[in-house]
Amino acid sequence: MSSPPSPSFFKATMAIVYKDLAAELRSRELLSAMLVFSMLVILIFNFALELDIKVRQSVTAGVLWTTFAFAGTLGLNRSMAVEKDRGCMDGLLLAPVDRSAIFFGKAISNLAFMLIVEAIVLPLYALLYNEARIFQPSFLGVILLGSIGYIAVGTLLSAMSVQTRTRDVLLPILLFPVAVPVLLASVKASGGLLNGATFAEILTPLNLLIVYDVIFIAVAFMVFDFVVEE
Amino acid sequence: MQSKPILLTILDVVSIIVLGVAAYLALVFAPTELVMGNVQRVFYFHVGTAWVGLLGFVVAAIAGITYLVTKDMRWDRFEVAAVEVSTMFFFITIVLGSIWARPAWNTWWTWDPRLTTAAVTELIYIAYFMLRQGIEDPEKRARFGAVYTLLGGLSAPITFMVIRLFRTIHPVVIGSQSAEAQGGFSMTSDMKTAFFFALFAFTVIFIDLMWHRIRLGSLQEKVEQLKLNVSM
Repeated sequence: MSSPPSPSFFKATMAIVYKDLAAELRSRELLSAMLVFSMLVILIFNFALELDIKVRQSVTAGVLWTTFAFAGTLGLNRSMAVEKDRGCMDGLLLAPVDRSAIFFGKAISNLAFMLIVEAIVLPLYALLYNEARIFQPSFLGVILLGSIGYIAVGTLLSAMSVQTRTRDVLLPILLFPVAVPVLLASVKASGGLLNGATFAEILTPLNLLIVYDVIFIAVAFMVFDFVVEE
Repeated sequence: MQSKPILLTILDVVSIIVLGVAAYLALVFAPTELVMGNVQRVFYFHVGTAWVGLLGFVVAAIAGITYLVTKDMRWDRFEVAAVEVSTMFFFITIVLGSIWARPAWNTWWTWDPRLTTAAVTELIYIAYFMLRQGIEDPEKRARFGAVYTLLGGLSAPITFMVIRLFRTIHPVVIGSQSAEAQGGFSMTSDMKTAFFFALFAFTVIFIDLMWHRIRLGSLQEKVEQLKLNVSM
């Protein structure tokens, strides 16, 4: 390696996470937009699907995951756009650190935003619809696994879409077809848990979720270099 | 200006002939299936186009990886050709499948694993073209395209496995049959002849179209180069 000692991988990753979280703490642009948007989506679902007690049994997981997916794209888009807009990305790329540290830093901060939104939306949903089963640990675990996979591939694709002419429009088009497995497996697993399925019954979607997470974190880690190089 | 290679012209002619023969075998030679009747004849072309559709996507993913490793623009043209030709073939597969499904399942479409995976795969490759269209720099376009084919190629099989958790009625003609499948049948030897010939015919046509598309890609680049030379 060259003369200035390059900071450790972990330190570089954490520095990016810290930067994103600090900027968000001061502006609160991203989280407030994601939260308000999530609430609006749930409100629309409430009337579009007539979420009475019988319908809710079968669609709760689907409504929640659709909300998270939409709010997630909003966050992913914004989080990459701020890097691109004032040339921050070039600054990051000039830093003498491994480029995958940038990927992991962005992915972890994006995941943090998504989890914060989920941490507010889930209790609200539970409150609005009297759905206490949301708070079982395995349900929250499925939400976490699903969010990890979604954010891993989303961070990579948002780094691509901000560099194109169509920018924000393109991210959901690129992301949704590739993220279909993670969304469907999450809906299947979390819906099963809400309807009282045992752990053994949701094991297959859970395994697929873990497989997806591992594969796509690994691939994103390997190809991120190609996405950001100039 | 390079002229069209003679081998390509021969392949063109061969493609037309094998397509004609495959059509004859499927429409006339193969015996009529007892339960479904003539509509079953769609099957030969349906599987033929599906096979080259999938083949192209695998080829595209491999070409994408090779491009990322070698950074040789030829692989990018190869990848685009594969995706473009396969997208078209896959679309034909879906249309033919629908034509068969209407009498066999009494519906044009159902959210079965294979059908859903086909639809999602098709959407992935439409997104691929939209991605490429949004980028001007050819080198960056090639890089992003390669990354996206790789992601698409990895996610499609997982999609298939996930949707299998829901339900299936799609018949499996080669291999073990699912109990819930509707419209399955076992092939006689004449049917097998028509079937394997259709696979062969579409493979030849696929190679022919790929070759044309790659050639078109290189010509396009040459035109770009010439334009650049003129404007300088």
